[in-house]
Amino acid sequence: MVTMNPEILDKKTKETGKYVPLFEAFEKTEGKRGAAWIRKLRQNAFAHFCHSGFPTQREEDWRYTSVGPIERTPFHLASETLPHITVQAVERLRPCTLNWNRLVFVNGFFCREFSHVSDAFEDLNIGSVREAIVSKSNQLASYLAQYVRYDQNGFTALNTAFIQDGAFVYVPEGKVLERPLELVFISTSRETVSGTVLAQPRNLIVVGPSSRATIVESYVSIDQETYCNNVVTEIILEESASLEYLRLQKESGRAYHVSTTKVNQAKDSVFSSTCVDLGGILVRNDLHVDLQEEGAKCFLNGLYLTSNEQHVDNHTLINHPRPKGTSQQLYKGILDGRSTAVFSGKIFVHQDAQKTDAHQTNKNLLLSEEATADTKPQLEIYADDVKCTHGAAVGQLDKDSLFYLKSRGIGENEARNILSYAFANEVAQRIKIPSIRAQLNDLLTERYGHRSAGEGVHHGSA
Amino acid sequence: MLEIRHLHVSIEGNEILKGIDLTVRKGEVHAIMGPNGSGKSTLARVLAGHPSYQVTQGEVRYQDKDLLTLAPEVRAREGVFQAFQYPVEIPGVSNAYFLKAALNEQRAFRGQEELDAVDFLETLKQKMKLVEMDSSFANRPVNEGFSGGEKKRNEILQMLVLEPKLAILDETDSGLDIDALKVVASGVNRLRSPDRAILIVTHYQRLLNYITPDFVHVLVDGRIVLSGDKQLAFQLEEKGYEWVRESAAS
Repeated sequence: MVTMNPEILDKKTKETGKYVPLFEAFEKTEGKRGAAWIRKLRQNAFAHFCHSGFPTQREEDWRYTSVGPIERTPFHLASETLPHITVQAVERLRPCTLNWNRLVFVNGFFCREFSHVSDAFEDLNIGSVREAIVSKSNQLASYLAQYVRYDQNGFTALNTAFIQDGAFVYVPEGKVLERPLELVFISTSRETVSGTVLAQPRNLIVVGPSSRATIVESYVSIDQETYCNNVVTEIILEESASLEYLRLQKESGRAYHVSTTKVNQAKDSVFSSTCVDLGGILVRNDLHVDLQEEGAKCFLNGLYLTSNEQHVDNHTLINHPRPKGTSQQLYKGILDGRSTAVFSGKIFVHQDAQKTDAHQTNKNLLLSEEATADTKPQLEIYADDVKCTHGAAVGQLDKDSLFYLKSRGIGENEARNILSYAFANEVAQRIKIPSIRAQLNDLLTERYGHRSAGEGVHHGSA
Repeated sequence: MLEIRHLHVSIEGNEILKGIDLTVRKGEVHAIMGPNGSGKSTLARVLAGHPSYQVTQGEVRYQDKDLLTLAPEVRAREGVFQAFQYPVEIPGVSNAYFLKAALNEQRAFRGQEELDAVDFLETLKQKMKLVEMDSSFANRPVNEGFSGGEKKRNEILQMLVLEPKLAILDETDSGLDIDALKVVASGVNRLRSPDRAILIVTHYQRLLNYITPDFVHVLVDGRIVLSGDKQLAFQLEEKGYEWVRESAAS
């Protein structure tokens, strides 16, 4: 058994100190599982966390987002002893009703009874990190924490210190996962010992050379409770691999949600993602894409629909170290109530990265006078033969369009809904796979009261 | 049907309409003509309820209701329709969805059942044929990327679907070639009936070659200075607006 290094304890701050007994208890139980490398990794990460603490607004990357509420909350670590959840409840929470492959997690722990995987071929892994820690230790060791470094910030350190469970998806070379894979993360503070739950899913997705997969990751809650999800996802796309990725964040309106996603792309690989934020009171998403080799392409779409007192912060970073990389970003937000949203998008084009094609657009629609949006494009370009553009806008519903709709008999609310729908729908239209596009369409329909998803909306390319 | 009494209208403190009086009865077609800047389009927009204009004096009665107190959407549901001079582009909303939403709001207001998608599309296709629009326009976003002529046809299409009691055409003929002009005119003529009225705002007489008005009014500097029958339109075409200014002054 490993004991805490006294030096680490000396360095702890007031806020991180709370986690010392949690980590010690963790090491005596769950932490005993797995090989030496992972125990060492957790210890190093925890030492770093104690030392660095949570990010503060003095840091440029966190200027617009205070994580004080997370820092101050005395969390209770999620445990495997699950609250009682019925199959019906899970089915209700799933964003889709199709018979897709699915892994279901409750408070970050894999639940076999709710999961269903029908595809199987040699070397394919659709399972949990927890099992892999024991049975696929060597395979895991070559990827895990190699891309999201624990010293990136306090959240990645904390997640890594408590690595325990999450989704581990490995698609071997030259294979196509025909059916989309759903990763459903259900959170609840119900039936736990008093206190607020902190769940820290750790996901690893590897798509082998020339392989193709579609993954829908969703975060949902059973009740309107307070809890925290601190998620880290590492995605590795090998040469010519392609991944269509949809992320739906529908946490409880009182939840904290922090996610760090890192995508590492080899030659000619394609990553298409759509990240949608609907829930949470305090949300921060970091999405970093490394186009490591020539010809890699990424398409990042984002949509955040906020209201009340919500705060949603999306940070993207696209790294173009090699030539002929493509990145296209479209992030759109509709803000109501007193909500606030942040978009910060950094594109880094290295000297070597000639023929880079990088575009970024962020548009915000304010439905209320009390909502605020901060948008911050950052382009750093050190190559000369590149095409890079960026655009940002914050505005209100177009008065002429509103009048046009009303002049045909459409009421104020319906007119606002139609225009909001249209604004958001541009993001849905970018999704190439129909079943995934339908997911987002359904969601928008629900939100903006359109009676049928299919018609009404403009289909196909404009 | 429509009674305009001593109407004064300003925009940003500038008075545009300086006392308009006009009566339009059921079944009538009125043409409002006048030089640029005379206030023709302001009149059309005020009747539709455009929020940029302030009515400073006067009143407008429509079917015994005080039109100016009604919200734009209520005016539309009561049967007032304006074909816009510059129709707005609305990306992301299909023509079909937009029109179905509008029609069903109007039907609900009148206590009629909503049309389902199948019935609506049937009606829509029929009317699209009348204005010679390809059915692909149903699924295109409202007016987005339409040519000037296509936008105007789309306005007429909306009018034919919504079947208003009072249709106001704001310079619908401007920028149209002769074929498009004929299509627009035939759409308007199709709507013409004993229980409807039509107000045509235009700079030129040429649309009136295809839609014969019962009355022609000439608006100069915010006032109706001359009214007559269709012959007046021909005189204007021949003699120009200077002639009206002179005869009004004398």
